This record gives sequence, structure tokens and C-alpha cells, in this order.
Amino acid sequence: MAKGVAITGMGIISAIGNSVEENYLSLIENKIGISRISNISTVHADVIKVGEIKKTNDDLISELQLNDDNNFSRTAMIGTLAAKQAVENAGITSINEFRTGLISATSVGGMDMTEKHYYDYFEKPELVKYITCHDGGDVAEKIAEELGLKGMVSTISTACSSAANSIMLGARLIKTGKLDRVIVGGADALSKFTINGFKTLMILSDYYNKPFDNNRKGLNLGEAAAFLVLESDEIVAKQNKKVLARVSGYGNANDAYHQTASSENGDGAYLAMKKAFEVSGLKPSQIDYINVHGTATPNNDLSEGRALKRIYEDEKVPDFSSTKPFTGHTLAAAAAIEAVYSVLSLQNNVVYPNLNFETQMEEFDLTPQTYLKNKNIEHVLSNSFGFGGNCSTLIFSKS
Amino acid sequence: MTKKTYINGVGCISTQKTFDTVFLEEANVNHDENVLAIITPAYKEYISPAASRRMAKGVKNGIVASALAMKDANVESVDAIITGTGLGCIEDSEKFLKSILDNKEEFLTPTSFIQSTHNTVGAQIALLQQCKGYNFTYVNGAVSFESALIDAKMQIEEDEANSILVGGVDENGDYTTALFKLNGRIKADNTAPYDVLTSKTSGAVYGEGASFFVLENEKKDNTYAELLDVSIVNTLEVNEVENEIKSFLKSNHLEISDIDALVLGFDGNVDFENYYRNLAENAFAQTPVLYYKHLSGEYDTASAFAFWMASKILKTQEVPEIVKVNSLTKPAYKTILLYNQLSGKNHSFTLLSK
Repeated sequence: MAKGVAITGMGIISAIGNSVEENYLSLIENKIGISRISNISTVHADVIKVGEIKKTNDDLISELQLNDDNNFSRTAMIGTLAAKQAVENAGITSINEFRTGLISATSVGGMDMTEKHYYDYFEKPELVKYITCHDGGDVAEKIAEELGLKGMVSTISTACSSAANSIMLGARLIKTGKLDRVIVGGADALSKFTINGFKTLMILSDYYNKPFDNNRKGLNLGEAAAFLVLESDEIVAKQNKKVLARVSGYGNANDAYHQTASSENGDGAYLAMKKAFEVSGLKPSQIDYINVHGTATPNNDLSEGRALKRIYEDEKVPDFSSTKPFTGHTLAAAAAIEAVYSVLSLQNNVVYPNLNFETQMEEFDLTPQTYLKNKNIEHVLSNSFGFGGNCSTLIFSKS
Repeated sequence: MTKKTYINGVGCISTQKTFDTVFLEEANVNHDENVLAIITPAYKEYISPAASRRMAKGVKNGIVASALAMKDANVESVDAIITGTGLGCIEDSEKFLKSILDNKEEFLTPTSFIQSTHNTVGAQIALLQQCKGYNFTYVNGAVSFESALIDAKMQIEEDEANSILVGGVDENGDYTTALFKLNGRIKADNTAPYDVLTSKTSGAVYGEGASFFVLENEKKDNTYAELLDVSIVNTLEVNEVENEIKSFLKSNHLEISDIDALVLGFDGNVDFENYYRNLAENAFAQTPVLYYKHLSGEYDTASAFAFWMASKILKTQEVPEIVKVNSLTKPAYKTILLYNQLSGKNHSFTLLSK
């Protein structure tokens, strides 16, 4: 069995906390981050609930000590905060000392600025600086600049699986020796664009989302950013670094079924998990906790559940839960924050509760873990699926 | 032994007639416009009219370019699909955003939202081909296509896939084009003639296109070239590029004198053209230097057009006059280096050999 790629640092900002510690405390103390929206004015404000980071853009600007002439989108700001935490947590002081890369992920980049200023650009010259924010690569660009990172920088956008793919690519870049060190993760801020997009698809719940419940009504959108530092074993040994956990498996597949819906038998999800097991050399029975994608849309949970049943065949599906009742669905950042939660699960030997669950789905006998459970955790599997049939699975293991 | 990566099929939809032609013999430099539109292929030969009506321009071009590449490579299926796009399906993003703003978030329909996600092209190709394999979309400005190339090459080297469809696709959207004129990314209106090599102004003439390639781990009769290496670097100063190239070549056991042609991303933006001119006039003064953005226009994945051009040169051993920067020639073209950057950021180095 391959040893997996070392994770040496983590950073996160989400609706349930502005640091790794805060996020962990919220998870074990059932402190949810779902509320009414306050930072964006939208006609849906009284209907929807969101997982919002309770900081205004001005708060973020002063926290990052940005100049008045900065053109950071909210996505870039939360991304930078999380990436800086991760780098600091990994004890990196000289960012370009080794071959270091940055692989970010986002769904709509700086859409929050585009939608705010779209019709004003021609009248207000002072806003023109925000035009370039729209570019999907702008967030990574800004993070790289703030970190002083000059090497390989790229961004993945595969909808809600994006950050899983940036972690996967990062692990492969380390494994193949192309990089010594890579900062991987993703960022997405809430925007009117996504709120209305999901609204038109009629998959937003007007109440607290309840994954894997028979009466689930849809998802709550959220915003977040998280980054992890991956390092090669040589660099880890050379610097005598503490390894938090390892990325031991990954798999990517396409459902090839529909642009926005998942297939009923969960083909893509099944293939992604299957590949991740092949890469890790682990058997499904060795997984102690599954952090499911579990968006609480009727379609996702059915498809994902079916795929889990297929993977586990006659065996019992291990303890599983969706953490989206805490954070909301943070789209391109989801797999990154859930990677942080997976590592915390390994470090603290806990299974997080799948909040709001009441009634088992009629299609299968799958009941998520509903309260905090302490037990030894050696391996965690994390799923993330997105529009366009993009399905990704990551496996994290104790170091 | 690590498997080698071969380019076995190409498909290019661009602002030139790059399909149903031999090699740029009908190419034409447009000096009059600052935004160039693609020459549309006969979509109905590839996509049903019903499906075509719902699809964005970029999606359609991606589907046609990928179909051309697969036909050219004589393959029925691939193991993975990897796409690069700078702005994704920008027309649908514009459409959805405008309807949100104009209708105050009421009366919206999901179609343009569904199509607006950056991975729509890769997803639609996978759907059409029922390809359930690896599927990634990169969105990092001028290195979006090269990110896809790096990934694909790694897949082949690690034996994770035998054949991969890789492409770069971008489309122009009217409003975004207007914004790019406002912020100077596109050259100002009414300042024609627009020239690339003799330009005295900032900004670029913009274009759009879709170029797809079949990369395989096997050399075949129809192989265009071997993809030796790809590297992307976020930040470099003008005076750092030469050393970066030297060490990139060295890691491939090559020197500057081994390069038979250097393809540069000259786009007529005086603010950053020193990145190219410095190389052309100094380190590569004895090398045939080629350019292409006067044909393709500038856009985030324009470098995929250059990749298509270099593949064609290596296969046909012919360099069209229209792409020459200097008058130097080589008796044979064995190794070609591509270098591109945008506004001093997102530098890419791509090395192909016959």
C-alpha cells in the first residue's frame, strides 16, 4: 500500500469559524453556521438560509491589511486568509525555498464584484479595476501574490467538486516529483449569481438542510475557503516536519448522464470511489468514516446513497455524515473544507453528526451518524460531486 | 520506463479557416477590427439542430474541435477529457447575470445558469461520448490550456490513461468585450490599422476559438509530434525568462541551438512585448521565430492555437510565410519551443519534437 502524500498545514474560514480550531469546536459543539443572509442584498433574503461568513468585505480588507486601491473580490479575500493560515500552520517561512505550487479552485471566481458593479463600470472609472476579478484565475493570482509565490499556479473549476480535484492534482504533482510542495484548496464567496442559479433549479431549501433524510428539500448555499499544504516525503524528512495526515487515495470520474443531475444509480460517484480505493490500496471495509457529499437535494443523496450501497455491496456502510448542515454547501470550496474536517476527524478520532436527520430514506437502509461519536479513526473517505457529472473521491489516512 | 506522450490528432476552430484546409493557406490578417470572430464550422454535421439551439457557441466549437481531433487520430473513444478555458461560457454567464439584474432576481429560467459553469464544455463532450473517465477543467487565465497539458502528460506518464482529449476553448461575449475595451485589455475602437509586430499601443486584438488534441502513449503513422515537456510559471521578470528557458531546456537535455523554431505569443501589447522581443533579438537571434496571434487574436487559450500550429509544422515540415517573424529557416524542423505570457504573468513553456 502506498503511503500517501503528507499534509503539513491547514487553513480555513467558513460560516462556523475563522480558523481550524474554531471550525472544529463548532463541529463538536453542534454550532451551526446557517442563518439569514446579511452581506448580500437579495429579494430572496427572507426565503433562503445560507452559511455565511460573518465578516463584511471591509472587515476582510482590514484583516488582510489591503490598500485602498486593492481590487480583491470577496472570494479572493477569504481564499487569501485561508491560504495564509495554511502556510503559517505548515511553518513555511520562505515560500519559494522549494519548488512550491498553488492549485486553487473556484466556481464563479470574483462574480461577487462583477454582479455588484456590472452596469456601473462605464460610469465610474474607480470601479474599472474590478473587471479583471471576474477571471477564474484571479483568486489564485491574488493568493500567489500575497504569499509571494512565483512558481506553478493554476485553478480548477469543476463546479462543486473543484477543490477535491485541486487536492488530487496536488497529490499527483508531489507523487510524480514535479513539485516539492503545493498549496491546494478552493474558495467561493456567496453571490447573487449562484443564489439565483440554484433558486431557478429549485434545489434550495427554505429551511435547514437535512442530508439523507426522506423529507429533505434541498440545500443551503454557503461560502468558505480552505487550503492545505502538501509536501514530499523528502522535504518533510529534511525539515523534520510534523505530518497532520496523508492523502492516501483519490479518484475522479464523470457520470456522463446530465449537465446538472446525477444518475440514479450513481455511476460517476461509484467509479470515483472505486478508483480512490485502487489508488490507496485500501478495502472499503477499512474506512472508518465517510464525509459524504450529502447536499440534501433529493437527487444527490439518492444517487450518492446508491453508489455507497454498490461500493459496500453486502457489507455495512461505515459511519457517515454530511457536514453541510453546519456550513451550507460551499460549492467549489466544499471539498477543501471537508478535507480539513476529515483531517480533524483523524486527529481527534471523531465522527461528526449529520444534523437535522429524522427519517430514513425509503429507497435504502442508510442512516447517517446523528450525534458526535468518539472512536478510533484510521481512514476517512470524502466525496464531492458537481454539475457536469464531475465526481471526485479523496481518502485521508492517519500518518 | 516512463511512457512518452504523442499528439495523434488535432482539431482547430479559430478566427481563421483551420478546418477543411491544408495548413493556413487561406489565412488572412485582419488589420481593421479589434475583436475577431471565429469562422463557424457546419455545426449540423456534428450536433443535432435541437441540441445545437440550446448550446453556447464555445460548447459547440469545443464539440466540433474535439470531434475533428478524434477523427484525425482515428480513435472512437478516449480515457480522459481535460479542458482549459479562461472565461468559460461567458455568453451564458452574461445572459444569466443580465437577467438577474434587469428583472430584479425574478422570472429567471435555469438554462443559461446551467450552461454558464466553466466545466460545461468538458462535461458536454463527456456526455456526448459517454466518457465516464477522468474529467478536469482548468481556468487559470493564459495557462489554462497548459495546465490541461501538464495534467494529461502526467496521466500518460503514470499509466493512468492511454488516450486523452485535451483542449483549450474560449468564446467572446459582447458585454465582456466592451468591458475589456474599457479596461484596456482590448485595443481601443477606431484605431485601425491594428498590427501586432509594429504596434505602438497597449492592449490586444481579441479573438476566440477551440483547439482540441488527442494525446496518446503510442507513436502511430499519423503522429504529429511528441510532447516533450510543459512548464508554467506564475511570475517572471523580463530578464528572468531566458534563464528559465535555459533550465527548462536543460532538464530536457537540450540547448537553445537545438530549437528549430520558437513560437512567441506577440499580441501587439507594447507594455509587455519586451518579454518576447528580448528573446527574439538576443538568445534566439539565430532561430526561426514565429507568431500567431495576428491570426488567432489574443484570448486566454490562444496558446492552444499555437500548439496546433506547431504540431502542423512538425508533421508537414512546412512553415507558412504568414507566421514568420524573421526570415531564418531550417532545413528540417525537429524541435519547437512555445512561449507565452499575459501581462507579465502566467508564463508557459511547451516543448514539441518530431
